[in-house]
Amino acid sequence: MAKRSVIPYGPQHPVLPEPIHLDLVLEDEKVVEAIPSIGFIHRGLEKLTEKRDFNQMAYVAERICGICSFGHGYGYCETVEHIMGIEVPARANYLRTIWFELSRLHSHLLWAGLMADAFGFENLFYQCWRVREKVLDCIELTTGGRVIFSVNKVGGVIKDITPEMQKAILDTMDYVEKETKILKKTFMNDYSVQSRMKGVGVLTKEQAHALGCAGPFARASGIATDMRMRGYAAYGELDMEPIISNDGDCYGRCEVRIGEIFQSIDLIRQAIGKIPEGEIAAVVKGNPDGEYFMRIEQPRGEADYYVRGNGTPNLDRMRVRTPTFANLAGLCETLKGADYADIGILVVTIDPCISCTER
Amino acid sequence: MYKITRSPWVMHYDGSSCNGCDIEVLACLTPVYDAERFGIINTGDPMQADILLITGSINTQNAPVVKQIYSQMSDPKVVVAVGVCACTGGVFKDCYNILGGADQVIPVDVYVPGCAARPQAIIDGIVKGIGVFQERLEKLENGTLKQEEKEDTEEKKEED
Repeated sequence: MAKRSVIPYGPQHPVLPEPIHLDLVLEDEKVVEAIPSIGFIHRGLEKLTEKRDFNQMAYVAERICGICSFGHGYGYCETVEHIMGIEVPARANYLRTIWFELSRLHSHLLWAGLMADAFGFENLFYQCWRVREKVLDCIELTTGGRVIFSVNKVGGVIKDITPEMQKAILDTMDYVEKETKILKKTFMNDYSVQSRMKGVGVLTKEQAHALGCAGPFARASGIATDMRMRGYAAYGELDMEPIISNDGDCYGRCEVRIGEIFQSIDLIRQAIGKIPEGEIAAVVKGNPDGEYFMRIEQPRGEADYYVRGNGTPNLDRMRVRTPTFANLAGLCETLKGADYADIGILVVTIDPCISCTER
Repeated sequence: MYKITRSPWVMHYDGSSCNGCDIEVLACLTPVYDAERFGIINTGDPMQADILLITGSINTQNAPVVKQIYSQMSDPKVVVAVGVCACTGGVFKDCYNILGGADQVIPVDVYVPGCAARPQAIIDGIVKGIGVFQERLEKLENGTLKQEEKEDTEEKKEED
């Protein structure tokens, strides 16, 4: 047996925008075992329900994570709306769908850039982020914020998307589609990109199922799971199919996410085409009393929300299960037997969102 | 004596931020905002960094990490707290695991507020940081920087 050595990885590391610590047990260049230790971003915001009322918690929930911010705010509001029996106006549901897809778009382009950065392709990183800025411009135009939108509230949304804004969004979608086609060519066909991604970190369908992986990570292993098919918000009225790949390696995950960029563009176009006129928020009366559990699809996978109210403004409990938490087990599995040089790629490939996971 | 007007190397560490400020720090360095035209480069090595950008508040687990990164940076060094969490603790101030802003464990020179801080504000903060860096450099050459630090620590002890 070769000599074993333990190398600490993180919490501060050039590849990682966020702190996560891994103890890597190496035999020569091969990883035998990876032991994650977390808690660097733990804030304890679920406990804030004792100090903030259920309306204020919508803003706290948005700050669980800055990248999937809209999804968390939406998931929380929808859960409370179910407890209180509020009927959200149809237009608000469509607006939420448009914003949700815009945030998915910016998240996936951000991931594509970080992935390019992880395998050392700086030019591609900059190109991805250049396209992403156009999406952020759309978000800023419609909500006023760049990464934290703060447009959700219990009962609906607080801002409307006017016809002029809709036209601007559609124009941007044309631009993003055109540019992403060029990026796709590099990601999918470039020889050096392929040599870093093909066959790296393979996770089979059985493994992905047994480890409970979620989102694009599971879809790249051939599991057709997409919570949007459940039809929450306005997704039930739009045409979509989960995008899957059967490779199970980094290349497959990249293929799935790039496919989802085009899917999001398509969904935004459909939603803008079908958006009904009407109110954007329902009147909220009383306090939540009861409990509800719901599942939505975040850019990184399935996120679960649980809220229990007791008839007072302060909730009894709010609980979130985030996709990265589900995917960490899969990550540790793919790290076994990987080369030391591929660790950066493998960590980025699950699109880790540590601040979601630790809250 | 030489004068520093541009080209600081920055290092970014995510305290316990929600990611919003982190991706805005990265957005500063990419096209559109392109801080590299001022020579601002993001480095992963604290020993090569002039300015530490810290996002997010301090909690019990990351306090020693932040202290260690700060102590590894060579003099003169400047700390810029990005985002309202790094300034005071922000929306998470009342959480049980939050000690407060970055100034709880290391001296902070420039505060950039915002949730999330906009790239323009972050670049402005870094440029202000260069001014502080220049002052420190002059003091370092006069030999007064170490003395000042000693006075600071003595003051803190008296407060305790």
